[in-house]
Amino acid sequence: MKREILNETVIRFPSLSANEGFARSAAASFASQSDPTVQEISEIKTAVSEAVTNAIVHGYRDAVGTVELILRRYSEGTLYIAVKDKGRGIDDIVQAMTPLFTTAADEERSGLGFSVMESFMDKLRVRSAAGRGTTVIMEKKLNRRVK
Amino acid sequence: MIKLYNDGRRITAALSGDIDHHAARRMRAELDDVIARSRPEMLILDLENVGFMDSSGIGLILGRLKAVRQCGGDLMLKNVQPNIAAVIRLSGLSTLLAEGVKA
Repeated sequence: MKREILNETVIRFPSLSANEGFARSAAASFASQSDPTVQEISEIKTAVSEAVTNAIVHGYRDAVGTVELILRRYSEGTLYIAVKDKGRGIDDIVQAMTPLFTTAADEERSGLGFSVMESFMDKLRVRSAAGRGTTVIMEKKLNRRVK
Repeated sequence: MIKLYNDGRRITAALSGDIDHHAARRMRAELDDVIARSRPEMLILDLENVGFMDSSGIGLILGRLKAVRQCGGDLMLKNVQPNIAAVIRLSGLSTLLAEGVKA
């Protein structure tokens, strides 16, 4: 069965750390159309915060670039979130997704970002090419109460 | 924002607002200053007024735990909210802390 997009928004912002809070609030606000629970909203905010922070800290390590946040509500009750950057990319995705692995220990990055995304969302896909950027796609089912 | 309460060599730092990568940098500097100046026996981070925390907060807490232990002290968390407890549980941080995390 083909799923339909009920609603969609695309937000672009520069990779400034002040936008981490903006991005997760925007995602929470969009997701609220699906009448999620307090816990679901909290999980969505945390997962978006992790993905956007990765784009800012790692994708655009030495420069400011554009981060794109795409949010969709699908007909069967799924929330779709994509976080894209055109930064340096990830050399080894499997290594990057290993819990506690970090390339920025001196900045006290815990290496838990992908673990949080994986645990709080139902689906996580990461596409990346060195020098071309990274796209993180996450989905969460919020179908229990959608009308 | 951080408010400090001093009870001898037990210091409570009441954090407020969101703890993310953006906020953690300033909190890190402020807390390290407190640790260096006061060398607390116990640093208690009160999270009652923290509405949001992601894995940047785990890095912040772990870093302060190391710093305070290097000065011979220890660290505890207080008033951990349920949404924050979920991130802490995932990190395994609880097992490293003086009194674990109750939430």
